[in-house]
Amino acid sequence: MTRRGVLPGFGLSLGISWLFLGLVVLLPLSGIFLRSFELGWGDFWRLISDPRTLAALRLSFGAALAAAVFDLFFGLLVAWVLARYRFPGRGLVDASVDLPFALPTAVAGLTLTALYAPSGLFGAAFGLLGIQVAFAPLGIVVAMAFVSLPFVVRTAQPVLEELDPALEEAAAVLGATRWQTFRKVILPNLLPALLTGFALALARAIGEYGSIVFISGNMPMRTEIAPLLIVTRLEQYDYAGATALALVMLVVAFVLLLAINLLQRWSRKRHGAHVL
Amino acid sequence: MVPRILILGAVAVAVLASEASRAGEPPAPARPEKVVLLNVSYDPTRELYAEYDAAFARHWEAQTGQKVEIKQSHGGSGKQARAVIDGLEADVVTLALAWDVDALRREAELIPEGWQQRLPQNSAPYTSTIVFVVRKGNPKQIRDWGDLGREGVSVITPNPKTSGGARWNYLAAWHWALERPGGDEQKARDFIARLFGNVPVLDTGARGSTTTFAERNIGDVLIAWENEAFLLERDIARGKVEIVVPSSSILAEPPVAIVDRYVDKHGTREVAEAYLRYLYSDEGQEIVARHYYRPRSKRVMARHAEQFAKVKLFTIDQAFGGWEQAQRKHFDTGGVFDQLYESKR
Repeated sequence: MTRRGVLPGFGLSLGISWLFLGLVVLLPLSGIFLRSFELGWGDFWRLISDPRTLAALRLSFGAALAAAVFDLFFGLLVAWVLARYRFPGRGLVDASVDLPFALPTAVAGLTLTALYAPSGLFGAAFGLLGIQVAFAPLGIVVAMAFVSLPFVVRTAQPVLEELDPALEEAAAVLGATRWQTFRKVILPNLLPALLTGFALALARAIGEYGSIVFISGNMPMRTEIAPLLIVTRLEQYDYAGATALALVMLVVAFVLLLAINLLQRWSRKRHGAHVL
Repeated sequence: MVPRILILGAVAVAVLASEASRAGEPPAPARPEKVVLLNVSYDPTRELYAEYDAAFARHWEAQTGQKVEIKQSHGGSGKQARAVIDGLEADVVTLALAWDVDALRREAELIPEGWQQRLPQNSAPYTSTIVFVVRKGNPKQIRDWGDLGREGVSVITPNPKTSGGARWNYLAAWHWALERPGGDEQKARDFIARLFGNVPVLDTGARGSTTTFAERNIGDVLIAWENEAFLLERDIARGKVEIVVPSSSILAEPPVAIVDRYVDKHGTREVAEAYLRYLYSDEGQEIVARHYYRPRSKRVMARHAEQFAKVKLFTIDQAFGGWEQAQRKHFDTGGVFDQLYESKR
């Protein structure tokens, strides 16, 4: 029937993969689906069309997108510096990139709030410019960008390190400007990895709770993120309402990630063929 | 089928135990040599129970010869109640609100109806109340609840939707407005709206608000538990803040209860009940007062009288007809608190 692949053990490894994916990912998620059905369609609709819910969802996804875009540029810069240059202290910078992962999110939140609060070091400076960071939507973006930065750096860095400098030399010899080299030679190779990093950063930012509740101020309609609404529901023992909100976040996040995946596939098809 | 080795083991243990009890002096009820209790509590009681647990262990061992080890778990009151409902096998719970303890009955039938009548004084061996903490010298001249609704006064309180302590704050403010001469429901609503209009940051828990006020220097006044306020004034922000006691406040009664299903499962009912009852003893009450909770015992209270300001206190049952009603009217989805923010858009 089916042609045997070159690699052995396909059936076994696929089976184990499915089993683990099922137990660790799909089973808890289906629990969310089932639990939110307890609510009934009318209540469900009222919950997700509530202005406060909508404001929180807009804020969560909007801030996460902004943070992921920021990480995309800044993370690429860091990856570029780490991959292309040798300088004293490089090892230190390289190691510190991962710190946001290791730090408990509550600690990150407290630290960022101390820095960006009006009485803090950065907060006072921004205050002079008339910009409020902590206890405003901008603070949420800062916290999200902080916790998800490593994703972009760590996905772009190995690709940049693997990229043969001869390609750039060839482009230069053939008369390309620096910008043309970057856009036509480097970026196409980098794009799939960057998109992966972007998607990971976005997903991480959407789900972030621990650090944000410290820096956001949690004002309803203004700086209240969707995960906080979920916690609020749990606090009044409203499990069905909490899971319904979780379901909405899950679906929106899934659609976003799917779109990024498709974009990635498209970019691979378009650029992947004619390099390397 | 029970494996034979287990039966043999059980018989051996029983024989040994009966031998041991015959050998030991008081032959009374056969107790295991050591017992472990899990007390699931809320955040600010950490230091209180650290001291009390040691005192109770001494007392229990002196009385029965049995060693008792008490494990503590602390966290937000609601979160802790949910953990027990979801299967954390607590022998006793000591939470911030009766509403959260009652959730063990409502959601999972872990404790029977009428649990609050099983121990004296609504099962609350200590009480606390809500006071204000202001900056040194009280520059904004804050004296009573009414000042918190004034324009230009910035108020720090946690979010009542996520914090048990914040619910006490809110209810104390509400009831003050309602009980003023000429006060009514609409005026109370307006006052609460003005008060929360003055709140720039809604932290998720009481400790978060304390940090915002003391470390970030945000706000003119912090609404806080009395014990938390003492901690700030005498320890964390010594010399930088002072306490203001309002004309009336709420009597917060953090209740304690044994969790019937789990003490029966663990066979710890006797020691768990003694553990909670000892809170009412002179030694228990003394420890309570040392940690700035108001003791129930008149004698102990008299010894610490100067520490606790005299305030007109009302209970939640008197003022709101119990937690269930207060929760439904004010804090559930679409309740009065939610309406404050919905009417603002």
